[in-house]
Amino acid sequence: MRKLQPFAVTALVLVVIGVPLWLVVVTAGKSQGEALNPDFSLPQRWQLWENLRQVWTDGEVPAAFFGSLLVVVPTVFALLVFGSMASWVLARRATRLNAVLYALGISGIVLPPAVVTVVLLLRQLGLAGSAIGMIGVYTGIYMSTVIFFVTGFVRTIPVSLEEAAQIDGAGPVKVFWRIVLPMLRPVLATATILICLYVWNDVFYAFFVIGGRLDTLPLNLFRVASAGLYLNNWHLIFAYVVLMSLPLVVVLTVAQRRIISGITSGAVK
Amino acid sequence: MRRQTHPWWFLAPAFAILLVFFFLPTLFNFIYAFTDWSGFKSAINPVGLDNFAQLGSDGTLLRAVRITLVYAVLVALFQNLFGFGLAVLLERDTRLNRVARVFFLVPVLMSALAVGYVFQALLKPQGSLNGLLGIDYAWLGDTTWSIVVVAVIHAWKWMGLSMLIYLAGLKTIPEDLLEAARIDGASRARAFWAVKFPLLAPAVTFNVATALLGSMNGFDIVQATTGGGPARTTEILNIFIYRTFGQGLFAQATAMSLVLFLLVALLAFPVIRTLRRREAIL
Repeated sequence: MRKLQPFAVTALVLVVIGVPLWLVVVTAGKSQGEALNPDFSLPQRWQLWENLRQVWTDGEVPAAFFGSLLVVVPTVFALLVFGSMASWVLARRATRLNAVLYALGISGIVLPPAVVTVVLLLRQLGLAGSAIGMIGVYTGIYMSTVIFFVTGFVRTIPVSLEEAAQIDGAGPVKVFWRIVLPMLRPVLATATILICLYVWNDVFYAFFVIGGRLDTLPLNLFRVASAGLYLNNWHLIFAYVVLMSLPLVVVLTVAQRRIISGITSGAVK
Repeated sequence: MRRQTHPWWFLAPAFAILLVFFFLPTLFNFIYAFTDWSGFKSAINPVGLDNFAQLGSDGTLLRAVRITLVYAVLVALFQNLFGFGLAVLLERDTRLNRVARVFFLVPVLMSALAVGYVFQALLKPQGSLNGLLGIDYAWLGDTTWSIVVVAVIHAWKWMGLSMLIYLAGLKTIPEDLLEAARIDGASRARAFWAVKFPLLAPAVTFNVATALLGSMNGFDIVQATTGGGPARTTEILNIFIYRTFGQGLFAQATAMSLVLFLLVALLAFPVIRTLRRREAIL
């Protein structure tokens, strides 16, 4: 059994992960005619670079990349700051009202957001189709996740450190900023990974809120693919997939340990 | 004293955002599901239960709910089977196992839309998998089995996450417990099922709950593989909502959105309770 394990693992990785990824890479390197029916054969002539260049312009990748950043960065920032502020107070106070607020605060982990009426609300607020509206919606959807993770973490930190600072005359803002926030670093790293994963790849909420008025990477992939499937442009679809996944592969190879411990730390506790 | 050390206003920004962008739209769901809001006229009038009556009378409502539940159960089943199997296979901390774990994380990080397109290409009737197997089966065009195929794809994308959580669960089990079982004469298999497996219960709850509730709110993978077809047999609630919204039938989309909300809320109550109880232990 033990001796067979390495072979089983290698075979499984090759078949389950390797085969789909191989299909992506070889198809992304083919010409349109060759890619009409995507198969596992190597391209007769590699034209990966030309395909990448074509989707770079057709898919408006720079604009989409910028649009994705424009939405993801403020979302993460707002979630981390506001989420940890709320979590700190929720974790430290032990009143009945507090318990109710906490339950409300984490309810969004499971409850699905009202995607249709949020569009109506954004129209009334004058934020429809704007980056600010999208940031607000994402922040509202994932606030619960942040509150859940951070509150759990704050409870494991002893209060004594805060009290020492309070005796020295520090107000709540100073205590939070100087003492509490720095200690939250591990859980905030976890939260950042999760939020980036969700928001960077999201297309469903973006359909409703942005509706084509701002480019993001997944929205443009959908556009390229919808046109591409009609025209059987599999080589372009997969070139876009390669382009879009490259940042993730880089992040994964650089920060795999951080990601693995991040994802698991919150779940099993 | 306490009032000053942890002031209430620290809650204000987070709860203001939650109120405006989460609770208010949810409240709107309960209002606009009972109106004739549409993209074809500007006036919005209350119509009572007309939307639900219409969705109920042509069978759309029940069918979409049934398909969503079937999909969620299938995803939860496959994702946990795959994730658990991988965790057991890759439990020891060898170099090869560590590399393999990273490979199984690639789909988790990939965009679900991209995953869907990859499998659409792989499973085309004249596509690569059929070419390899020498058959001619429309994996994504079968009115009975396509939903199972799509659920497997969904599970393929997220199994790395379940694997990590099961691995973390396995790590928390003290080695001497297994040794004790083995000294008592338990076989390897028996020690596993009688000692290890019950201790994995928290990981199982978490994985099953997130897979179940997450896939009920799914969209991308179904949209990118079947788009709800063939003959709308894989049309889960979010696909229906997206389609009717695109047609300008906003009230119907809202009504379905409300159905999804109630469905998840109904199933979520026990889940939240478990999650909170877990925290109390901590």
